[in-house]
Amino acid sequence: MKNLQERMEGLDALIATRLSGATVGFQPIPGEVPVIQVVIGGREELPIFVTASKTQILCVCYLWTDAEVIPERRAELMEVLLELNPTIPLSSFGRINERYMLFGALSREARAEDLANEIATLSDNALDALDALATYLA
Amino acid sequence: MGVIGKLLSLVRGSARELGESIVDANGVRIYEQEIHDAKTAIAQAKVDLTGVVAKEMQSAREIEQARAEIARLEGLAVEALEKEKNALAEEVAAKIAEREVELEKQTQLHAEYAVQANRLKELIKASEAKIREHERAVQMTRTAESVYKATQSIADNIGTSGSRLVSARESLERIKKRHEDLNDRIVAAEVLDRELGDHTLEAKLAEAGIGEDSARKEKILARIRARRAAPTA
Repeated sequence: MKNLQERMEGLDALIATRLSGATVGFQPIPGEVPVIQVVIGGREELPIFVTASKTQILCVCYLWTDAEVIPERRAELMEVLLELNPTIPLSSFGRINERYMLFGALSREARAEDLANEIATLSDNALDALDALATYLA
Repeated sequence: MGVIGKLLSLVRGSARELGESIVDANGVRIYEQEIHDAKTAIAQAKVDLTGVVAKEMQSAREIEQARAEIARLEGLAVEALEKEKNALAEEVAAKIAEREVELEKQTQLHAEYAVQANRLKELIKASEAKIREHERAVQMTRTAESVYKATQSIADNIGTSGSRLVSARESLERIKKRHEDLNDRIVAAEVLDRELGDHTLEAKLAEAGIGEDSARKEKILARIRARRAAPTA
């Protein structure tokens, strides 16, 4: 099984193609499990984090923290996220440790093209979601 | 089964402790030991099964032989009776009795082997199901742990590099502004191009009656007028 770093080789060009030539940079994040940060030109504030376990490749884009949600609109936001989840192509909303995220998971056997597509789609979706849901944020 | 339930109680409990204890809390090492044990049990059961099935086949063969022998002896007994050799017929009957005892013993053994074989087959099936179930539990738990650890690394990294000190709203506004700036620059470039580029120069020259294009309209009109004035026959 290829490691994450090997899997990401040459992927920047594939992602850039899908994002009309935006610059794409990779940066490994130190830690116990492999994580690579993908920074897309023009969207530096919304990096994508790619991590791999034995069973899957997970791509995550952090959206906002619990503290940023307008308290009175929190319950409504939860409902909206649940309802949106099945309709968004390839990406789903989630939350870990008070951080809301949009994420997509792939099999470890996924092709490079699929991974590039996943990352590009996630970036588009994240920006779109943030724009659409900013009304719930302080 | 039941792995998501365990994950759920962990998520609901203390999210902070998740990263460190998720594998231990879900007894992954116990599951892994059980998977190992189940695999060993299956291997042993398969060896046992081979032996039992071989014995089952052997007893089947012996039953077959005993039956054939009894049939042969019965034929001989009939012949002896026909020839009124009663003493001989009795001797044969005694042999038949021996064979029948043997047949009964083999039949009983054969049935026991069949039961044993079935039990072993079921044991193997159950062990395989257990392995599948445990492997799913281990995979899910390990994946959950990996995700939490990854999030932890990312959070630490964001914390130290300060790459995300701004709020989501601010991020969005920055991205949008950058996008607008880019659009503005594209529009500005087009305007500049129109104003300063060759385009404008050509237009100005034409306006001043300089260059090829300036007189084109007049030339065409003159051509058409000439044709009208002198229609071809």
